[in-house]
Amino acid sequence: MSATESPIPSSSVGSSPGCGAISSGIDSSSRLPLLILFGAGAFWLVVSSLLGLISSIKFHSPNFLAEPAWLTYGRVRPAFADSLLYGFCLQVALAAGLWLAARLGRTVIKPLPIIAGAKLLNIGVVLGVLGILSGDASGFDTLNFPRYAAAFIFGGYFLIGVPAVLMFHRRAVRTLYVSQWFLLAALFWFPWIYSTANLLVVAFPLRGVAQPIIAWWYAANFQFVWMGLVGLAITFYLVPKVTGRELVSQNLALFAFWTLILFGSWTGIPRSAPVPAYLPSISTVATVLTTLVFVSVALVIWKTVDGKIGLLWDSLSLRFVTVGLVCFLTAGLMNIADSVAAFGAITNFTWFTIAQTQLLSYGFFSMTLFGAMYFITPQIVGRELPFPKWAGVHFWMATLGILFGLAPLALGGIVQGRNLLNAEVAFVDVAKSTLMFLRVSTLGDVLILVGHGLLFVNLLVLGLRLVRITCQAFLAEAISEAQPAGVKS
Amino acid sequence: MNYGPLIFLAAFFALASSWFGVVLTPQLNVGQLQQTNTLNGALYPVARPGTAQQGLQVYRANGCAQCHSQQIGQSGTVFDVLLANAGTNRAALSEALQKVKPTLSAADADQLLSRIPVEVARFTRREEADAAVKTLSVGGAKAQFLVCPVGPDITRGWGKRRNVAEDYLFDSPTLLGSVRIGPDLANVGVRQPDINWHLRHLYAPKSEVKGSTMPSYPYLFEKRKAGRQPSSEALALTSELAAEKGWEIVPTPEGKALVAYLVSLRSDAPLFISPISLASAAPAEVGTNASAANASAATNAPASK
Repeated sequence: MSATESPIPSSSVGSSPGCGAISSGIDSSSRLPLLILFGAGAFWLVVSSLLGLISSIKFHSPNFLAEPAWLTYGRVRPAFADSLLYGFCLQVALAAGLWLAARLGRTVIKPLPIIAGAKLLNIGVVLGVLGILSGDASGFDTLNFPRYAAAFIFGGYFLIGVPAVLMFHRRAVRTLYVSQWFLLAALFWFPWIYSTANLLVVAFPLRGVAQPIIAWWYAANFQFVWMGLVGLAITFYLVPKVTGRELVSQNLALFAFWTLILFGSWTGIPRSAPVPAYLPSISTVATVLTTLVFVSVALVIWKTVDGKIGLLWDSLSLRFVTVGLVCFLTAGLMNIADSVAAFGAITNFTWFTIAQTQLLSYGFFSMTLFGAMYFITPQIVGRELPFPKWAGVHFWMATLGILFGLAPLALGGIVQGRNLLNAEVAFVDVAKSTLMFLRVSTLGDVLILVGHGLLFVNLLVLGLRLVRITCQAFLAEAISEAQPAGVKS
Repeated sequence: MNYGPLIFLAAFFALASSWFGVVLTPQLNVGQLQQTNTLNGALYPVARPGTAQQGLQVYRANGCAQCHSQQIGQSGTVFDVLLANAGTNRAALSEALQKVKPTLSAADADQLLSRIPVEVARFTRREEADAAVKTLSVGGAKAQFLVCPVGPDITRGWGKRRNVAEDYLFDSPTLLGSVRIGPDLANVGVRQPDINWHLRHLYAPKSEVKGSTMPSYPYLFEKRKAGRQPSSEALALTSELAAEKGWEIVPTPEGKALVAYLVSLRSDAPLFISPISLASAAPAEVGTNASAANASAATNAPASK
């Protein structure tokens, strides 16, 4: 087993002056590209949660903003989902992954291709969101961006991914830490699934149900496998790093890695889908086997902190990561329950599945990314965030937002499913039975939006301050250069 | 020793396996599906008419699949035994009926026989139904069993059988939907073939379905000045929804295409892999004669006025 290196001993925590020359070099090299990716990610977060709030209000007041075509529910909803997935999750995950790879491998980030890639990525997301709103959506969940947007996103990913692979190649620390395994697999897997899905479903569609099958496969691989890989890479880095304890069993963490890629990648085909029966069957078996992933991840973290959850609660970044982890385990349990016949028959076609996927992409992945952002940003800029206290407020907004936003959806889904199975209940009454839950979930969406606003403003002010400092330094330098020249002549 | 490349290969194959299993293999079987025959011998499926195909694009663009599924499920199949013809030996038939259904009293059996053609029993296994049909075929009596899919979707009247891959052969994109915030639409064209109903429903859902949670789609319609003769396409709306005098509401081409698509949605053809006996086709002689008589009566009625 080559993975023996732990992140703790090599570099000290935080941006304290004791930081080694290399890690400050890593931080300064990554400052501009990472800030761009973080900032743009936070921007999309705000856009997405605004769209999310609109669609959430439409759940229970269908005629709210029904008039302009581009604000109809069927367009706002996928725009909300995909701007979160590609604008925030993909973008910030790339930034956090780059930083982790640089830190763990003791290499520097070459900023230029990353900045170019970030540009392409964001052009792609702009085109994608506008495309969905103007009626160009592909119609498949998590894959709704039209093909012209997907091409930009793929290009942007390529420009960031290739330097990332090269960074792994020229790393100074040869032994691999577990997080690097996760990151490397994620780095290769995304372009594979994204190109497959976009080529075969959106650009040159196959016939009939082959389309939804591939779309389901993609959604599971993106939202469970890929996000799991990146999210766990961050978790397995941050938990030992911040608590100062070594990750207890790297082998168990690697077991989570193998089970995640082996079983997770086969999940995603709904039980009732009108496709050849072997597909849902294999998928169900794979889903049940993902229990191994969740058990091993929970064990690793539990043993690392020795059962003292308080350790995780002391640091704000870790608090985000901990909530993310809880959501990961809950979403996993929900998915396994969903795939078992007795329960799945109820939750099929209901809000429950929506709550489950959002718990994965928002509750787990976005929360983990928030933790990484609040951990990384002060280090790369060498100063605190402008409003450090807002981060704590953001944490509670996001956590309560998940609680109020998703728990009612899951419960409402169960009520809805039970009513759907009972043909005596008229369909209109089935829809009505969920209304109260949907109203509560709107409250959660409001909280989430507020939290995102705080994060965005924090980063925006930080960016403006940095620009001002850079301009002042540049001016000062120009003046000091100009004066002696003037004296001489 | 450096295990790096080995581990990389292992991870590669682990992930690639799902690509082969869930992308390539399905494409090699369901991706190669061709038209098939229904149990009646007709070709199935047939491509939708042109406007309906445009309507599918409107359906996609407006994210209708965000709320509507198009996949009927069934929890199982039952076999209803249908007695089509009593034959000549009523007493023997009544006895046979009591053998098939031991709970039946002689009086009840006779009562049932007086209502022929009638469904006399329901079995969950085909062999039982087969045996019952044999028992009932006494004295020239004709019995047969009908294959009836069951399940909440079918009880709701959303479809007659479960959907199968063949149903979607000519639809691209294939929008199966994953949530039922609205009802399933796999057979909405059977349920509600009235184009004008759909137009009014899209314009003002609550006017057609009380308590509906569907948003209205005013942008699929335009309000324009009515000519001397109101347009044949103008919506017949109730007074509170109707445009003011001299104006009318007509569907845009997108609106018309969407409705053409909706009424084209039907997947109730009996297929070998998802069989179903159509009740009307079942009692061979009685059925056809009866429907023929009805049809002629229906066509004659207006003429006699």
